[in-house]
Amino acid sequence: MNRRRAVWAYIPVIAGALFFLLPLFWMFATSLKSYDEVFAFPPIWWPPHPHWSNYRELVTELPFLRYTLNTIFVTAVTLIGYMVSSSIVAFGFSYFRIPGKKALFTVLLVTLMLPPQVTMIPQYILFNKLGWVGTFLPLIIPPFFGGAFAIFLLKQFFDTVPKEFSEAAKLDGANEWTIFTRIYIPLSKPAFATAALFIFIWTWTDFLNPLIYLNDDRMYTLSIGLQQLSTARTTAWPQLMAGSIVMTLPVLLLFLVAQKTFIKGMRVGGIKA
Amino acid sequence: MRIKAENWKGFLFLSPWLIGLLVFTAYPIIASFVFSFTYYNGISSPEWTGLGNYVQLFRDPLFTKAIYNTIYLALIGIPIAQVISVLAALLLNTRIRFRGVFRAVYFLPSIVPVVATALLWKWFLNPEFGPLNVFLMKLGLPAPGWLIDPAWAKPALILTGIWGIGSPMVIYLAGLQNIPGELYEAAMLDGAGRFASFFRITLPMLSPVILFNVVMGVITSFQAFTTIFVMTNGGPDNSTLVYALLIYRNAFQFYKMGYASAMAWILLLLTAIAVLLVFKFFGKWGYFGAAE
Repeated sequence: MNRRRAVWAYIPVIAGALFFLLPLFWMFATSLKSYDEVFAFPPIWWPPHPHWSNYRELVTELPFLRYTLNTIFVTAVTLIGYMVSSSIVAFGFSYFRIPGKKALFTVLLVTLMLPPQVTMIPQYILFNKLGWVGTFLPLIIPPFFGGAFAIFLLKQFFDTVPKEFSEAAKLDGANEWTIFTRIYIPLSKPAFATAALFIFIWTWTDFLNPLIYLNDDRMYTLSIGLQQLSTARTTAWPQLMAGSIVMTLPVLLLFLVAQKTFIKGMRVGGIKA
Repeated sequence: MRIKAENWKGFLFLSPWLIGLLVFTAYPIIASFVFSFTYYNGISSPEWTGLGNYVQLFRDPLFTKAIYNTIYLALIGIPIAQVISVLAALLLNTRIRFRGVFRAVYFLPSIVPVVATALLWKWFLNPEFGPLNVFLMKLGLPAPGWLIDPAWAKPALILTGIWGIGSPMVIYLAGLQNIPGELYEAAMLDGAGRFASFFRITLPMLSPVILFNVVMGVITSFQAFTTIFVMTNGGPDNSTLVYALLIYRNAFQFYKMGYASAMAWILLLLTAIAVLLVFKFFGKWGYFGAAE
């Protein structure tokens, strides 16, 4: 709106940047402190001799390697499940003329809004009866039945694929599955990237589901592991902050690499990270 | 276009989701509604109690407390968060140097995993060893006990929430960029100042986006769980015992599945009412009202 550079804006912009950055800096600085430095008064902003050993202790003294591997496993399987099933369903919604399709798609959008608390209890009882509580199964099996957000995102993208492509392929004798795998999937890489990015972050950082379903320390994901550590060792702030940074790092790297995809996804889905 | 014989193929493609919808959504919704009228510990068979759970809920002081805390956090937290996100979006939309960097910095906290955010702020707000109170004391301001003081625990949670406003902020930024520049030029020719154009152009043009963000804010705020579970676990003195936390305790710590199901259904009802109220409010104030 203003064609000149807004000089006045720098003061609030920088103040805001400090508000957003200082806690992150504090997290990093704490992760490098000794116990004495953590509980020093007045607080020390930057330790004179950074204790990188705090990060080593995550692996040598705490089961962080285990937590990380568990999280990688759950995230990888969840990601595969969601992407495969959601793309198939999205193709079904986009390509076929099915009676009641509009109503079904509305149902899909409504499920996005449903508070998890409403379905959580019967789901738990169901998984308990199946003997799945205490295993990874309640976390990794439901994704194979599709996710509303990914289906929505992919369907919107599939709708933009020109019909001429599939008509031409049909004349050449291609069936629907071939059209899906040979035309729709290769053309929709950006939509797959966006959906995968968000599913990765949700699963990597998920707390409620692992909290309900995992009860064995050896199966904890990073989020539960960190939370449990914070209640077991209330003063282990250097390790807690080091663990938090380790957990944040993959998400941060993805954000730096795929910032545009990120922002686009937020605008399309209007969903929180 | 396509003949009916191909319908089954379409349903075949939809079938993973349809099965999931039945097993993981439709059945649980019905089941939790039925459970809400029973006494049920999740293992032995449910006992019918009629409206027993609902009657008991309204006599449960923790239930009333949880509703109060949840509505407090929504009613105070959402407006503050929205005002700050709009202001941040406005700032990041001005022509400043390193704008891309600033945008990334403002957005960054919202991608930090929830548990990490919660632990970080718990430590940042530590009244003795955290940096915030030292800073406040240097300015001669009072240094509250934050998470250990029942009067300050809720404001502390709101502050933590403001740190992660990246998602509404990005949506506001997109909304600002969609406002045609001609509107401001025409207003300037008519002699409108900065404030007049903000209140007469920016805010009305932004009102659909505000509505969207407020609705999303209400939904997430009513379900708020993880940050609070990690930071305070409802304390001190139940001052941050929010609704979702009480559901979790009843269901998974006390195994009162019927009671917790009744709570879940009241949550659904409360969310629906709150969203309707937001729509009503915006119907009066929003785009069309201001454009007359």
